[in-house]
Amino acid sequence: MIEQFGRAGFLLVFAVIFPLIPISASVLLGVFKIRPSKPDPIKESIYECGMVPIGDAQVRYNVRYYLFGLLFVVFDVEAVFLYPWAVAYRQLGLYAFVEALIFIAILFVGYAYAWRKRAMEWM
Amino acid sequence: MTLNALRLIPMRSLLDLITGYWWDLRDFSNLTRMIYKHLEDWGFPDWSIYVISGLIGTLGIIAFIGGVAVINIWVERRVVGRMQSRLGPNRLGPFGLLQPVADAIKLMQKEVLQPASAPGLIYTLAPIAFTVPGIAVFAVVPWGRHAVLASLDVGLLYILGMSSLAVLSVFMAGYSSNNKYSLFGAMRVIAMLVSYEIPIVAGLLGVVLFAGTMDLQGIVLFQEENWAFMVMLQPLAFLIYFFAISAELNRTPADIAEAESEIVGGYHTEYSGMKFGLFYAAELINAVSVSAIIATLFLGGWWAYKLDELVPGWMIFIGKVYGVYFLFVWTRGTLPRFRIDQLLAFAWKWLTPMAIINVVVVAAEVLAWEESGWSAGFWIPVFIAVNGALTGALIFGFVKFFAPKFQRFPTRPRFYPDIDVPSLPAVTGAEFMAKGGQA
Repeated sequence: MIEQFGRAGFLLVFAVIFPLIPISASVLLGVFKIRPSKPDPIKESIYECGMVPIGDAQVRYNVRYYLFGLLFVVFDVEAVFLYPWAVAYRQLGLYAFVEALIFIAILFVGYAYAWRKRAMEWM
Repeated sequence: MTLNALRLIPMRSLLDLITGYWWDLRDFSNLTRMIYKHLEDWGFPDWSIYVISGLIGTLGIIAFIGGVAVINIWVERRVVGRMQSRLGPNRLGPFGLLQPVADAIKLMQKEVLQPASAPGLIYTLAPIAFTVPGIAVFAVVPWGRHAVLASLDVGLLYILGMSSLAVLSVFMAGYSSNNKYSLFGAMRVIAMLVSYEIPIVAGLLGVVLFAGTMDLQGIVLFQEENWAFMVMLQPLAFLIYFFAISAELNRTPADIAEAESEIVGGYHTEYSGMKFGLFYAAELINAVSVSAIIATLFLGGWWAYKLDELVPGWMIFIGKVYGVYFLFVWTRGTLPRFRIDQLLAFAWKWLTPMAIINVVVVAAEVLAWEESGWSAGFWIPVFIAVNGALTGALIFGFVKFFAPKFQRFPTRPRFYPDIDVPSLPAVTGAEFMAKGGQA
């Protein structure tokens, strides 16, 4: 199995090299002065529809993003448990089916609670 | 040779002429096996043969991706243009085929504008990191009966892990740009991708339950063995995966991360030149890799009933990939952009419960199959009928009972409670049309 992961690693290395080719070509064009490069303060400022930007972009943002993050964690843990179950399911039989039903039922309680609390709405 | 003489040659003997030889292009493993055998005869050590076999597969995939990234710029613009009653690019070369080349040259020799306050390591790494997952996914996708680069037995998990990495690079781009619109785009895309991850993962559980393996080659072989595409057994999972992944691709029906009319360019506002070009190319590559995953999981990959004995498997596979890719271009060309609250509600209130119901039903079906001891010949048609009916019933039921009320005026933002707006009674779309379009 480890040699199969090695092959996937080959592709990963080439996948990193692949975007580096156009980037380095662009850099080379800059080195040989084929690509123009005349920076000035206006060009180097942040583009916010032509307005002069006020303050930094590292600002506080709304708490609603965190609600979705929390929901995601709850449901993604479910996936972590259910994938091994799904692979071994044919050998496990009725017992595994009932177990998974109980697990999904517990999950569903949390889901209904989140829906009732309007956590899934973009407020 | 006349046509009559052709008839004298039996088809079977023609097939015998090529089967198993290196020029049998239906299966590349014949060619590669010959190369490895010669290398062994010349005394190459085992590890070098391993490296060479890995390189052959890798370079093949990279060549395919490079071609796709160039050709699809043209394909996508032409097809969308035709759908919107435009011509699309048609000036450079025959049918505008040289347009991608011109785009690449233009992007490469453009002046690079980057904000003085932004660039850091993360800013530069983001477009590169965005390109990698779409390519890396191809490692586990089978191209033929023996043509798969890495047959991992956790292949599907590898794909899920890789495709969620794209979220990270989008956030890297948005956060490091030091632009408020970029940050908005990145936060939106995080909220959206995180929501759509659930239906994707839960929807694919049905496929894994049926096949009993996460190896993609194993899933294709399951479809071959039972003589049915997974989309017939799992139409609901196919629909869930298709809608969820087209949201994850950040393409037009769900491109709230780069909505031009709202937040300039979203997470790639501050990128220009080839760095922007990489975002553009990576979007196309991601679309193709997702099409490849759908073609493998749901449409049988390289297998197509008896056809794969005559036509090379990789041709069938590429044909299916482009069929699915056309569906993605179609949704892009026809649907308007959704609002973020609609998209999130669709993920959480429609797709997630449907995916969980689907998992329970499939688990019951597989249990019945295993425990009854009856053959697949009996159960597969039953499952096709049951799952098809279930899909129709669920979609109809959700639309009938859970569809949000249709409102002429949107609910007021609570920031302006004092503004008086005439409120009209909420009705469903059907009631609205029954009244002749009068609220």
